Amino acid sequence: MALPPEAAGHAVESSGLGGGNAAHKPGVRRDSVVIRFAGDSGDGMQLAGMQFTAESALAGNDIATLPDFPAEIRAPAGTLAGVSGFQLNFSSREVFTAGDEPNVLVAMNPAALKANLDDLPPNGVLIVDREAFNDANLKRAGYTSNPLNDHSLDKYQVFQVDVTKLTTLALHGTGLNNRAVFRCRNLFVLGMLSWLYQRPIESTQRWLEGRFKKTPELLEANLMALKAGYNYGDTTEMFASSYEVPAATIKAGLYRNITGNSATALGFVAAAMSAGRPLFLGSYPITPASDILHELAGFKNFPVYTFQAEDEIAGVASAIGAAFGGAIALTTTSGPGMNLKAEAVGLAVKTELPLVITDVQRAGPSTGMPTKPEQADLLVAMYGRHGESPIPVIAASTPADCFDCAYEAVRLATKYMTPVILLTDNQLANGAEPWLLPDVSKLPDIKVHLATDPNGFMPYRRDTETLARPWAVPGTPGLEHRIGGLSSEDLTGNVSYSPANNELMVRTRARKIAGIAREIPPTEIFGDAQGGDLVVLGWGSTFGSLREAVKQVREKGKSVSHIHVRYLNPLPSDLGDQLRKFKKVLVPELNMGQLSKLVRADYLIDAIGFNKIQGRPFKVSELTTRILRALEG
Amino acid sequence: MATALTRKDFVTDQEVRWCPGCGDYAILAQVQKIMPEFGIPRENIVFISGIGCSSRFPYYMNTYGFHTIHGRAPAIATGLKVSRPDLDVWVVTGDGDGLSIGGNHLIHALRRNIDLNILLFNNRIYGLTKGQYSPTSEVGKVTKSSPMGSVDYPFNPITVALGASATFVARTIDVEQKHLGETLKRAHAHRGASFVEILQNCNIFNDGAFNDLSDKAIKADHQLVLEHGKPLIFGKNRDQGIRMNGQRAEVVALGNGVTEKDLVVHDESNLALAFMLANFEPPMPAPVGVFYAVSRPTYDSAMNAQLADAKAKMGPGDVAALLKRGDVWTVH
Ligand SMILES: Cc1ncc(C[n+]2csc(CCOP(=O)(O)OP(=O)(O)O)c2C)c(N)n1
Ligand code: SF4
Ligand SMILES: [Mg+2]
Repeated sequence: MALPPEAAGHAVESSGLGGGNAAHKPGVRRDSVVIRFAGDSGDGMQLAGMQFTAESALAGNDIATLPDFPAEIRAPAGTLAGVSGFQLNFSSREVFTAGDEPNVLVAMNPAALKANLDDLPPNGVLIVDREAFNDANLKRAGYTSNPLNDHSLDKYQVFQVDVTKLTTLALHGTGLNNRAVFRCRNLFVLGMLSWLYQRPIESTQRWLEGRFKKTPELLEANLMALKAGYNYGDTTEMFASSYEVPAATIKAGLYRNITGNSATALGFVAAAMSAGRPLFLGSYPITPASDILHELAGFKNFPVYTFQAEDEIAGVASAIGAAFGGAIALTTTSGPGMNLKAEAVGLAVKTELPLVITDVQRAGPSTGMPTKPEQADLLVAMYGRHGESPIPVIAASTPADCFDCAYEAVRLATKYMTPVILLTDNQLANGAEPWLLPDVSKLPDIKVHLATDPNGFMPYRRDTETLARPWAVPGTPGLEHRIGGLSSEDLTGNVSYSPANNELMVRTRARKIAGIAREIPPTEIFGDAQGGDLVVLGWGSTFGSLREAVKQVREKGKSVSHIHVRYLNPLPSDLGDQLRKFKKVLVPELNMGQLSKLVRADYLIDAIGFNKIQGRPFKVSELTTRILRALEG
Repeated sequence: MATALTRKDFVTDQEVRWCPGCGDYAILAQVQKIMPEFGIPRENIVFISGIGCSSRFPYYMNTYGFHTIHGRAPAIATGLKVSRPDLDVWVVTGDGDGLSIGGNHLIHALRRNIDLNILLFNNRIYGLTKGQYSPTSEVGKVTKSSPMGSVDYPFNPITVALGASATFVARTIDVEQKHLGETLKRAHAHRGASFVEILQNCNIFNDGAFNDLSDKAIKADHQLVLEHGKPLIFGKNRDQGIRMNGQRAEVVALGNGVTEKDLVVHDESNLALAFMLANFEPPMPAPVGVFYAVSRPTYDSAMNAQLADAKAKMGPGDVAALLKRGDVWTVH
């Protein structure tokens, strides 16, 4: 798509309306812009990106973000391995993804340029810190000549800014050493871009005030760098004009920005409080799940117990102990940890204790690419335990949806007395979007009933509707009983090797889980509810790219629809019938075809897989191409 | 006021399934016997075990009980105790369960000083899986999995516990009913993780492993009963003692100018002494009793104190306020 030479982003009719900031001259109007901040991991690009996101949210845009972390925490400075990126898409329309490719690339050094330039389309805006393109840095990035001078960047709109020098000048007299000054460069860039896109910088100022409360000299320096960058944009003629991305028309209400990991943590707290029980998390640190542990560790007053265990097995085991004691029990992990937890999860299946296992999926196998997303743990969630041990599995589709899914996972776990697996992934975990805050009083009630009546109490006497066994916690007089992993007799729970009883118990547990389908809402079809040529079936974090792609293809007048499932076990009871309304079913997944296997097995539908295993989300363009091909073929 | 409980109140209706003659019976009987003395209502007591013959224990205790998975009992008990500090939590494990597959959880529960009573039944064999050598079996032991003798150097459970910074470390013997009972009472009275190694005879796969210490005819010459503040004396006639010779301990006969004053006096707070005693090998006698007992804050109380502190400072949790934390904005 050709962009006007001076512009970044998709141009729409220019308007004389002022931007959000009163001091601004009218800007050139854009309806959405994708910016990627890239630099060395020490350059503070995540921070700049996050603050720009917060500013954009306050400016009323719809937003989606995608951070891209290097796997090594301290890769040598200036190398490709150390490049950290943060992409955000802010728009006056509804956005579903962080954007296939940036309109604007900020490259703080040659390595950042090299690692990201392939994604910048011709005519894209490239902002670089000129001084960072010195011989040493060029060499570290593997450049033999300086791209700023050798015409290799001629097809882009390049803005060479002396970020380092300008930051140093701005902070002259603060008494900070060179290193500390250097670390303020990200704020200079943020200020400059804030001017360029007419973002209000007050929220960043407030955030800095909080962050540097104890170090006033650093606070002052960061504020100075931020303002210097802003003023640089305003007073120099480096940029012909600023751009305005008007507020999106989004549902009225109170919003905040939220990442998937934060939303997951908050969903759990809200659920535990609704249930009136303490929350207990047993967890072992692992990227990209650790932030849930970090976040919950700050909520002790609720009460929330966080136990950093000696390994993943102890993480889940401690949670099982807490569940036995009546807590809302959680464990959080990523792929490798899922495998370690499997045996203990089987114990929770057998003893029918409520427990939520969150798998923030990352690219495998083995250690794989720990900071990259993938959806390849679906089958491990479904079947990754020995014996017949079905477990409800649900998957979040957007960062904010993690809140609802975490809440729902606790509701199911306690209602059905079962472990539940919640699947999110690295893209959701660290991606952010504006979140319309729910009215807490309107969240579904989580009614937890702890058994207290010894009259007729039996550990496996089930609720006739849900088939849940009673939750009888230690400390309750008259309900003393023993549970365990050995096969046990119906009702009494006494150890039993009776063949018929074993089959009864296994089948009853399976029926209990299958019965959850009764309360799964009818499948929503985006597109042609009566059916059509093609339906795109997805789950998890691909929601945004699938929805956007289906929208774009529909705009071409094609009959394509989108179904995105949250409940993967059990699957919605109407799903098979809904899929059969379409001539073709395309299942794009960031794995080798795991949901498509389930769909084929459960419904005998000849689902077409579209699979990508690169540790990267789908690009909308890849999807639209594949959808069109499927429609033709 | 409820009437005082008796031993019978702690017996379940489940048939006990250990082999006839197994040392586990004696341990069960003693535990059931001392339980009423604690004056704790049955509903507040929980027995948690892993997998092994020994780990069947909870089924026979009429309290709350959880027979879990191999090696993980200390971790499961940790989650329970931390979130339910009101409960009296016991862990029953074996030498394989606690020192092989579950070694990691055991040492971490000990260093954290979770207020648990951990009973490790050491029969120096894998009983349940029918007789393979265990991490406490001696080098050279011939078993089904070591037909030419084991080349696996064993753990010493006491030094493992001491090395893991346990605050209470003791050893006792299945058949020494009185000593067993007294040791368990000491363990229970201790705040923090109490580790008790119980030498237990597996008469099917490792019969007589502790004969020296349990055979009435000879045991007095092999057992060194540790008592805090008392000199280290043993022997049928209580005529032998432990004396320091430079930095090494030696056995001396009392008399001929050697008196109790020359002997080492047991001090439960002396870690170096505890290690030295734990490493006694024949011909030195085998110490039984409390090697080490010191007081250190427990993880569970420290964690709950943090929760109380957070609540005092921030007030009780308010979900609606929590969701609104940070930058929020209104869309009209
Ligand atoms: C994960 C797992 N691995 C192996 C086993 C098999 N297994 C059960 S008990 C046991 C050893 C038990 O030895 P110990 O802890 O000394 O108990 P004992 O039977 O001697 O009392 C083994 C290997 C198991 N149940 N689970
Ligand atoms: S095998 Fe040994 S330890 Fe197990 S019950 Fe029999 S005698 Fe006891
Ligand atoms: Mg054993």
